[in-house]
Amino acid sequence: MTSEVADPAEAVAISPAADPGFLQRHGGTIEYILIPGAALVGALGVFGVFVALFGKNPLDLYFYMYQGAFGTWFSWQNTLTRAAPLILTALCTALPAQLGMVIIGGEGALLIGALASTSIALTMQWAPPLAVQLAMAAAGMVAGGLWIMLSGGLRQYRGVNETISSLLLVYIALAILNHLVEGLMRDPTSLNKPSTREIGAANMLGSIPGTDVHWGLVFGIIAAVASYILIYHTVFGFAARVAGGNIRAAKIVGLGVGKLIMTVCFLAGASAGLAGMVEVAAVQGRTNANLAAGYGFTGILVAFLARQNPLAVIPVAILLGGISASGGLLQRRLGLPDASVQVLQGIIFVFVLASDALYGRIGFLKGKS
Amino acid sequence: MADGTIGLWTVPLAVLGGAIRVSTPFLFVSLGECITERSGRINLGLEGTLVMGAMSAYGISYLTGSPWLGVLAAGVTGALLGALHAGICSLPRVNDIAVGIALMLFGTGLAFYLGKPLIEPTAARLPAIDFGWWSDIAQVRAALRINVLFLIGIALAPILYWAFKTTRWGLLIRTAGESADAARAMGYSVLSIRLRATMVGGFLAGIGGSFLSLFYPGSWNEGLSSGQGITAVALVIFARWDPLLCMWASLAFGGAAALGPALQSVGVTSGYHLFNAAPYILTLAIMIITCSPKRTLTGAPAELSITK
Repeated sequence: MTSEVADPAEAVAISPAADPGFLQRHGGTIEYILIPGAALVGALGVFGVFVALFGKNPLDLYFYMYQGAFGTWFSWQNTLTRAAPLILTALCTALPAQLGMVIIGGEGALLIGALASTSIALTMQWAPPLAVQLAMAAAGMVAGGLWIMLSGGLRQYRGVNETISSLLLVYIALAILNHLVEGLMRDPTSLNKPSTREIGAANMLGSIPGTDVHWGLVFGIIAAVASYILIYHTVFGFAARVAGGNIRAAKIVGLGVGKLIMTVCFLAGASAGLAGMVEVAAVQGRTNANLAAGYGFTGILVAFLARQNPLAVIPVAILLGGISASGGLLQRRLGLPDASVQVLQGIIFVFVLASDALYGRIGFLKGKS
Repeated sequence: MADGTIGLWTVPLAVLGGAIRVSTPFLFVSLGECITERSGRINLGLEGTLVMGAMSAYGISYLTGSPWLGVLAAGVTGALLGALHAGICSLPRVNDIAVGIALMLFGTGLAFYLGKPLIEPTAARLPAIDFGWWSDIAQVRAALRINVLFLIGIALAPILYWAFKTTRWGLLIRTAGESADAARAMGYSVLSIRLRATMVGGFLAGIGGSFLSLFYPGSWNEGLSSGQGITAVALVIFARWDPLLCMWASLAFGGAAALGPALQSVGVTSGYHLFNAAPYILTLAIMIITCSPKRTLTGAPAELSITK
């Protein structure tokens, strides 16, 4: 990612075409855009063939996908609203990935975060809205952070594989949520769909002025940028990447690997917990089983497609948010089942992983030295 | 409760019956994963395979009227998904854990997509053998209505144990899992051994899925499997890659999973969701107890990415 040009003015003066070293310096960056992009196009192609097998016109499919995702201002807003939790849950996978850990339990941290933030909002009904919102965010982040830290701690101190433990914790989180929502925290008036009481209209987050997109998007962008700075521009992030690259080297130079793992897992979980808070405070207004909408799982895909880069998570989350936003239109206009978005996500995921084999193998990007 | 005389005995009896009924998918998935992991690769996608297996078994059984054709279809679907996993993993620099996560999402998505029209109709279900004929008590008879797949699974565990120890392909799989270099030096293709091991693993996991939709719970819906596949994968790890231990662990899990419904049947409903989470909590607890950061697990295939 680093440019080796000493003088920025010089870099501007030389046009890419005339500069023989351009591909050599930026080949890596171009690769990181080109290969996932190609994987995405390939996946869309396969999905087109798939729906064609069911007698639908693939061109209609692409048209409605574009319409539903980015075609109108309304669909843009829908897309951005869905992108907000995706950015946050993607960070839950992307941050531990810097340490070489594969955490896939963002959904669990989201649910626990939602539960914690709802609980605190319900006990703080006397307080001014801003205080309630801050407390909700803090509670959601702490609860989610501790939840993923559990996976990190188990990995570090007990050698339990973090991928499996974090996924098991998703099911446990869902059970806790259902248990509380149908028992202790149940609003007696919620008959068909057991839910907690509402946090109150005054405590809701509201929209960014001039849009219907809630403030969660801003939270997400801030979290992603902060994560990027933390990972690439601080000593802490450097230490994390060293430990991720070679754990033995990290120990030899005296890095506290355990502390690194715990901190990064806490931040990762806090991010997904914040997503839970946002879903409660900006969308649902209460906690119920609706919160398990799969944002945590789509977040894993976002992180992998962004190649675990916190900054790249933002556009990728918008893209995937767009795909899920277009699901409704595909259902109405083409009669595709609601699971078609899930199928497409699965295909994209498979293509993105298979495309890992291409890095460093594209001839013209290697540059001639 | 038709028969009041056995009272609280209902609970252990239901747990026993549950251990037999609920354990079957765990049994098949864990034995399948055991084969795959012994060859040096981990397939986390078996959760998706399980759901795809359940859906295709139900669909084929509905269309042909033969549940056994459904079981076969589920196995073939599973083997195909296994081949996909192995195919992608054989590309350079591709992480098998990540591919498993992708196939987990892909498998469940595809099953929900293709299975939409199957939620309404009723398919022919697998028959059960009545082992409780000697008893007059309804609960005993219910607990001992056993499916043939369960018996096949139970028989498969010692067969696999024996096969890993003594047969030629058992040794080949273990060689590929312990040292890819050694297998290569002997002139065998590690990728092709792993491909076959993953396909067999997928085949068994698919059959495990067919049990879900064709016997217990015995219908197709989108909430059919919630993590049984991934639990079974975890189960292989603390069963130390030993098929016999996989069998015992699966039975224990079936019992744990049956606890919630069993308690509900005697009127204990308060912790229903928590009891339903018992298998996951149990898995996590056993992993915490049996894993250690200091040493690699005994019996772990050396080529396995998850224990490296």
